[in-house]
Amino acid sequence: MALGNNSSTAVTSISLTRPSLPLRGRSFRALVLAPETPLGDWFSHLDALVQRSPTLFSERAVILDVSGLAKDSPRGDHSPLGGLSLRRDLADPEAAEPAEDDTPAAAAAPDIAGLVDELKQRGIRIVGVEKAEPAWLGPALPPLLSGGRPAEMAPPEAKAAPEPVKPPEPRKPNSLVLERPLRSGQSVYHPEGDVTVMGSVASGAEILAGGSIHVYGALRGRAIAGAGGNPRARICCRKFEPELIGIDGLFRTADTTDPKLRKKAVQVWLEGETLRIAVLD
Amino acid sequence: MAKIIVVTSGKGGVGKTTTTAALGAALAQAGQNVCVVDFDVGLRNLDLIMGAERRVVYDLINVVQGDAKLNQALIRDKRLDTLALLPASQTRDKEALTDEGVARVIGELREKFDWVICDSPAGIERGATLAMRHADIAVVVANPEVSSVRDSDRIIGLLDSKTERAKNGEHLEKHLILTRYDPGRAERGEMLKIEDVLEILSIPLLAVVPESEEVLKASNLGSPVTLNAPHSAPARAYIDAVRRLKGETVEMIVPSDKRSILGKLFPRRAA
Repeated sequence: MALGNNSSTAVTSISLTRPSLPLRGRSFRALVLAPETPLGDWFSHLDALVQRSPTLFSERAVILDVSGLAKDSPRGDHSPLGGLSLRRDLADPEAAEPAEDDTPAAAAAPDIAGLVDELKQRGIRIVGVEKAEPAWLGPALPPLLSGGRPAEMAPPEAKAAPEPVKPPEPRKPNSLVLERPLRSGQSVYHPEGDVTVMGSVASGAEILAGGSIHVYGALRGRAIAGAGGNPRARICCRKFEPELIGIDGLFRTADTTDPKLRKKAVQVWLEGETLRIAVLD
Repeated sequence: MAKIIVVTSGKGGVGKTTTTAALGAALAQAGQNVCVVDFDVGLRNLDLIMGAERRVVYDLINVVQGDAKLNQALIRDKRLDTLALLPASQTRDKEALTDEGVARVIGELREKFDWVICDSPAGIERGATLAMRHADIAVVVANPEVSSVRDSDRIIGLLDSKTERAKNGEHLEKHLILTRYDPGRAERGEMLKIEDVLEILSIPLLAVVPESEEVLKASNLGSPVTLNAPHSAPARAYIDAVRRLKGETVEMIVPSDKRSILGKLFPRRAA
């Protein structure tokens, strides 16, 4: 585009650079969905799975393996639920309808478009279709993929299980106690847990804590609690003269704090999106 | 074995060199064998305050680099024969000070004297950290003013992390000398009060040196204030400080000069 004025050089340069256009390979681990008949049962299994682990398919490449549908598809009737869901889909996209009627060969093809739409409604986007006849796929459908190799992957059921277990993971007590005053220019970064200072925090010193900050002297420097996203963290100090305070990304400088609180014993906490400061006792 | 004292402050112009000279002279006046060492390479001043600027042949850098022997570089004071000066170089820079060289020179001084007082350069860079490295006692000089106090606090943090004693887990004595103090102005809220400074720095107070024209007069004459005007308020403050350093218990008072009627009519300004 930049060479638009001089088209001849632009052309030559393109013809020269073309061969060296970088094509890079990158492999992603894809999840393969292999629907089975009856489709109704299969979808209800899928729904249950997604309910258990809602993020299972997010940011994942999902491949549709239709080999399980090919042989059963013509006799789809024996699964009334599956037939129902398929028929409902068929009513919507007009384009899919003639495929069913036209030729016996096409009639044998499973309704991949319907399946893809059904999955899309569940928030699952199919990036490619595997083990399908090329004739089954229209231009609007995901491309046919081949050459996939099986990869080690925990079965979705097993994957779904640990996720609800995660939150009650036992929290290790990980607090830091400083016996000496924190001098100007000194900085304490304690990403997990509380920081307790037995002395004062000088002007020009700073504490960053993942948890709460307790200062049993004067707080004259900077105190940032809940760093890394902990809105329940607090700052408590015996004498409140800070340069800056912050909890979970919300900050306040000395200028914007109530002068009546200065030199008082104070606690700071987060209420919704506001920093609250109140005198202790 | 000498005790090594570092006189430090972080901020410049608060009175480190004056304090070094006054403490050194007062210790020598009390019969102690003292060496004052100027670590402010490139901006040497201690030789001027000590009145030895015209006698400098070799300096600290020459000794550190092995170009001169310690005895060749030491300048004996003409007024006090137990007081010596190891001057800094005005032409070299601080990079010429090597860790090993400084350690060797301090080791030699430790053998020769009772007290070695190192005058630290301002700032927190290499020169300042080298001056404090081998100290047994730190004298932190501060003015009753917020920026000086904050810088002193920074220096105390460095004393607790950069000195050999701190690294070995040993105790490093830290004392505060508050200089240029004016009780009247502190009372009127024009400068920090002694209690405010002590509350922020939380180290023991060694002396309060009042603002006085005697200090400037002595500097310009090239004589430590304790020698030049031993009965002046600042000299008495330093003499008391030295007694405390030697382990005596001395009541903490803020010395003051009796003001003449003229002085009351025309109050002094801070120089």
